[in-house]
Amino acid sequence: MILVWMIGILLAGGFLCWLLARWNTQLSKWAALLSLAAGLLIVGSVAWQYGDTVRSQATWLIDYRINWIPAFGISFHVAIDGLSLVLLLLTFFLGLLAVLCSWNEIRERTGFYFFNLLWTLAGISGVFMAMDLFLFYFFWEVMLVPMYFLIAIWGDSNRRYAAYKFFIFTQAGGLLMLLAILALYFVNATQSGVYTFDYFDLLNVSLAPETARWIMAGFLIAFAVKLPVVPFHNWLPDAHSEAPTAGSLILAGLLLKTGAYGIIRFVLTLFPQAAADIAWWAMLFGAVGIVYGAMLAYAQTDLKRLIAYTSVSHMGFVLLGVFAFREIALQGVIMQLLTHGIGTGALFAMAGMLKERLHTRDIEKMGGLWSAMPAMGGMALLFTMASLGLPMLGSFIAEFLILLGTFPVQPALTSIATLGLIFAALYSLRMMQKVFLGPVKGASPPKDLTPRELIIMATLGISMVLLGLFPQPILDMVKMTVHQ
Amino acid sequence: MPLLALIPALPLTGFLVLFLGGRRFSRNVIAGIGAGSVIASAVFTLLWGIRFLQSPPAGGAWTQSLWQWFRVESLSVGIDLRLDALSLLFVFIITFVGALIHIYSVAFMRQDRDYARFFASMNLFVCSMLLLVMADNLVLLYLGWEGVGLCSYLLIGFWYEKPANCYAANKAFYITRIGDTAMAIGLFLLFKELGTLSIPGILNQAPQHFARSASYSTLIPLLLLAGGIGKSAQLPLQTWLPDAMAGPSPVSALIHAATMVTAGVYLIARMHGLFLLSPMAMSVTAVIGAITLFIAGCSALVQTDIKRILAYSTISQIGYMFLALGVGAWSAAIFHFFTHAFFKALLFLAAGVVIEALHHEHNIFKMGGLRQKMPLLFYTFLSGAASLAALPLITAGFFSKDQILWYAWSAGNGNILLWAIALAGAFITACYSTRLLLVVFWGEAKTPVGKFGGRLIYLPLITLAALSLISGFIEWPHNILHLTLFSDELQQVLPATILQENHPPEFLLQGIAATATIAGIYMGYHWYYPITGRIYRWQAGTRMLAFRSFLLDGWKFDQLYRTLFIQPFLYLTRINKNDVFDRVYSGIARGSVSLNRLFSASQNGSLRWYIAAVLIGILFIVTLQLLL
Repeated sequence: MILVWMIGILLAGGFLCWLLARWNTQLSKWAALLSLAAGLLIVGSVAWQYGDTVRSQATWLIDYRINWIPAFGISFHVAIDGLSLVLLLLTFFLGLLAVLCSWNEIRERTGFYFFNLLWTLAGISGVFMAMDLFLFYFFWEVMLVPMYFLIAIWGDSNRRYAAYKFFIFTQAGGLLMLLAILALYFVNATQSGVYTFDYFDLLNVSLAPETARWIMAGFLIAFAVKLPVVPFHNWLPDAHSEAPTAGSLILAGLLLKTGAYGIIRFVLTLFPQAAADIAWWAMLFGAVGIVYGAMLAYAQTDLKRLIAYTSVSHMGFVLLGVFAFREIALQGVIMQLLTHGIGTGALFAMAGMLKERLHTRDIEKMGGLWSAMPAMGGMALLFTMASLGLPMLGSFIAEFLILLGTFPVQPALTSIATLGLIFAALYSLRMMQKVFLGPVKGASPPKDLTPRELIIMATLGISMVLLGLFPQPILDMVKMTVHQ
Repeated sequence: MPLLALIPALPLTGFLVLFLGGRRFSRNVIAGIGAGSVIASAVFTLLWGIRFLQSPPAGGAWTQSLWQWFRVESLSVGIDLRLDALSLLFVFIITFVGALIHIYSVAFMRQDRDYARFFASMNLFVCSMLLLVMADNLVLLYLGWEGVGLCSYLLIGFWYEKPANCYAANKAFYITRIGDTAMAIGLFLLFKELGTLSIPGILNQAPQHFARSASYSTLIPLLLLAGGIGKSAQLPLQTWLPDAMAGPSPVSALIHAATMVTAGVYLIARMHGLFLLSPMAMSVTAVIGAITLFIAGCSALVQTDIKRILAYSTISQIGYMFLALGVGAWSAAIFHFFTHAFFKALLFLAAGVVIEALHHEHNIFKMGGLRQKMPLLFYTFLSGAASLAALPLITAGFFSKDQILWYAWSAGNGNILLWAIALAGAFITACYSTRLLLVVFWGEAKTPVGKFGGRLIYLPLITLAALSLISGFIEWPHNILHLTLFSDELQQVLPATILQENHPPEFLLQGIAATATIAGIYMGYHWYYPITGRIYRWQAGTRMLAFRSFLLDGWKFDQLYRTLFIQPFLYLTRINKNDVFDRVYSGIARGSVSLNRLFSASQNGSLRWYIAAVLIGILFIVTLQLLL
């Protein structure tokens, strides 16, 4: 039941924001903030409560199920294990910061904005816990539509184009997934005579290799678009760069993770053999994505586009690690999901703060900002280093584990992926150089971080360092899931 | 057992305090925290070092586990520190020379706007470097390894408003990262083969494991070597170090002379067990060292920027260390690191004083006459330069370099060719040291000399000058005096050097080496003594000019890499800036739009068209029916 609360609080909070904004926009912001804080408290308390259980035994910590449309075998079935829990923590944590990021940025239709923000987060939370494939698809769409509005209404100058692109790409993938879900549903029905969308029932279905391959392809493409895998990544730079700051933060920090989560939760378990068959290709795409994304990131002059392409590169590591089928690599992948969420989220937040001050995203027009804003420069340095995988920071643990775990499986592909570390240094330092170092450009020096902004950046920064120095609690949390 | 963690923790605390609150403190407080933390570290190191020497711990090392860093499956990595004779020596140099350089910096950087940022970065550097040499496993070592790279980047680009400095900083980071990446692959391979990343574990298991399957026994040390090459600025990744001189002089002294650039030497010495298993890897190390020492020495001969001369000289001296490692003269390599740390730090610090006193003049040919103007500085510089030139018997540099020259031929892996190159290097070294000294301190003053100095500046200089002369006395050549404190201590960790069976007599080689040094000094004098100045006429010929500019540009490696790697990379990224895949999707979108136009053209609302279309359709179907 507590899981329903997590989603419910967001859905209800969203409505409340919309209503309150009619009277007072300030109230609406606080409502959004409080509902996320309450949600974070709930998730936190769950994590606290199940801290020991998750390490030792039971995979499924909480399992809640009621019938929804029994005629078609559809139920409202949510459950969490360590993996879901970790991702839910990330969702509410970044969600909270996303609200803080939007505090002054959004001046029009504030209520509707926060409604969309909270509903997207609700959709994401739902995706991380749905154990009924129909419900999963439902939440998949719930996170998509409000996100579309966030980009299309509060985005930058080219927002329409970006929003359409985002919608069409993900929707195309989503439809393939729907087909695959239905196929699985009917195959199961003909085998067992029971019509059900329940994940645990569908795990038992035995598929002919050929069928399994096709059905898996449906899922995989949907997740590959979301992750994104080169060459399905083209929606991402546009959507990220045009979205409002909080939108970019949620896109990069959370939405991409649903793709990875889907692969781990559904593709690997429902179609283990078919997944093993295509492992080499998947890893190849991962390695190519790392290098390709990095090279594109290096060429960009739009700060948010640059950061967006670094996401493509970082998500290549995820694909590589998942298909290695090794415990070490998979632990690294989950670490990567967290640290990328935090690190890239922080970079987008920073890009938003710079845009508010300088009214541009063009790094050619920036430079020498360190002297005017040393606090932001320091934080930027931290996250630049995180993005190039400096030890002491969480992203190092992630990439190190992925590469270490993948190497015995595919030495050549892993070596190519490791070259990504050099490219990461190239684009990261170029960004630092163009924005914060070099001669001062522009007439009036911008103000340094405000207390609100400092809280956002410092929270993210501290979590990045903590993940780098004490990653073990997280690794323990997902150990049982990964083990299976 | 002492609290080892205190040694890196003190500078780390200094860093954190300065990073978080540095802008609010007064300059005195900043200096107190910044320099104080490293001095405290040095004091602890000295105390514990004496205890270590008096009563060596069981197993030859103190260890301390701080916490479990991460543990997955069979991989278990802890934040574990370890102090044995080898790391103790490095820790001593890092904290002691580091403390002296911090004291110097208190005065040297006094006027700088970012006083706190400077000391914060320096403290972080000391902490990372200490972790590097105290790490008990390769992951923690890698943490220190990347940490010093970060600090080097921050400090080279310390004056970030000048684009050239940022360029140099980026270049240093990029090039070392290439080596680091190779090293990372080496770690993956090691883990795959041995299933552990703990250093003692690797050294224990490696001989048996690779005796069974020798498949990667050469590749692994070569990958580690690549890491060392990047960090230690050896061929072919040496090009970043001369540009790294863009940083403040204390930075060049600490990071780019005494400590960080010798991390590669440490790595190879630390992992000697792996290198010993592969004669091939040993030879590669020796050859790279030999070529580097020669190439960089030649470049040092023609540089005009005082710090670039010293930078090339550093590359060249580290080349000696690599050569020694490669021929299996482990303790000789570390000994040269030991003396080099003193005299090269001294030379950089002294150069910093010269540059400041001459109002930021870097060109040695615009200096001159400083012997009378700054006598104290002259004498310290003289002892540093003499030690660099390896003036026989009275300088520390002689004792360490002579040992390497001797082993280059006589040690197990040595041969006459390596020795000959090393000898040529010794000649060149003496030559450019003399040139530097003569041009800067003799002749007439070409730039007005400002006032610069003070107790805090000269205390480190004098200490280092003394050490540059006497620190060699703890290890004598066997044939002169049987006093080998240094190598005795190190033999707890490093294997003894094995000599070839038929090696030339040691006296003969020593004589030749000493002669080469003296000849080098004479050549320097002959060409550059200001009154005679033969070099200037000789240099004027066109062909000589071309050759000189070839050496001046560091054998044109930068240009080579520019055409081979940088330009193609930039070209590729530039043409693909808009992402070729995007074309595919816009193609699909355009296709749909034109299809839409085509079909909507048929929906024009004109009845005549529709009737015509219906009739054509009927006709078509009827024809088909008739035909089939």
